[in-house]
Amino acid sequence: MNLDLTIDVLLLAFMAVIAIAVVRMRDLFGIAMLFSVFSLLSAGVFTVMDAADVAFTEAAVGAGVSTILMLATLTRTAREEQPKRSRNPTLPLIVVFVTGALLVFGTSDLPRMGDASAPAHHHVAPRYIEDSEREIGIPNIVTSVLASYRGYDTLGETTVIFTAGVAVMALLGIRRRRRREEPGEED
Amino acid sequence: MTVLHLYNYEIAIFLAMVGFYVVVSRGNLVKKVAGLSMFQTSVFILYISMGVVDGGTVPILVEGMTHYSNPVPHVLILTAIVVGVATTAVALSLIIRIKEAYGTVEEDEIHEQDKSF
Repeated sequence: MNLDLTIDVLLLAFMAVIAIAVVRMRDLFGIAMLFSVFSLLSAGVFTVMDAADVAFTEAAVGAGVSTILMLATLTRTAREEQPKRSRNPTLPLIVVFVTGALLVFGTSDLPRMGDASAPAHHHVAPRYIEDSEREIGIPNIVTSVLASYRGYDTLGETTVIFTAGVAVMALLGIRRRRRREEPGEED
Repeated sequence: MTVLHLYNYEIAIFLAMVGFYVVVSRGNLVKKVAGLSMFQTSVFILYISMGVVDGGTVPILVEGMTHYSNPVPHVLILTAIVVGVATTAVALSLIIRIKEAYGTVEEDEIHEQDKSF
């Protein structure tokens, strides 16, 4: 348990460092790669916190697909962030600090991390853990909940992804792009 | 141990605020999307941290184990990760269209061009 805690602390510290590097960097390719590392580290954090399914998904979708999408966008737009003109960082900093302070205040009396008596562990979770094998018949509780108990949520999620796919196709339609690229014959 | 008992939450809030700062203070649209995704990831960490149970294991049933971490946040976050990528894809394709229409992805320059109309 203590080793877990050490790894957790180190991974999260790395993530904080990378986040600050993202703020300071201007090279957008560098930002895309750092973002990929950020996602991969968060997948590591999820593994340490016993969330294997989430870690898989984050490593594949967050670190993989998101980065590829970002790199694809960069090839079609600018590679460098322009130095910004006449923008004062004070107001954003104040807003961010106030919001952060409120959130820290709000989380300060949450139950200790790992506390088995926390209210979050006493509603539907015990029922899923105790009954899902008998009711659904597969050992992976997360899959049982995702595909059966909360199947309508997953259906809604699929609808969202379908809608997003349609939106992307509408924005970057294949026919339109072919027409535009005909004279140049590049890409 | 007592010092670190809310460490995950605090780091999650820190990461969220860094992402938020990128969104409000930087002019480049791609960087804004990266900041937004960082904010998102920090919320995932917050949720998964709430699901941890001391001495628990991955919520896959095996003989001889009685303690499992809470599967409910895992399910919520699985859905959120996939939806997050879908929305990121839409945002990035909007950025590509903005680049085609305005010739830039910097917020200041886009505002200037809008003003001149």
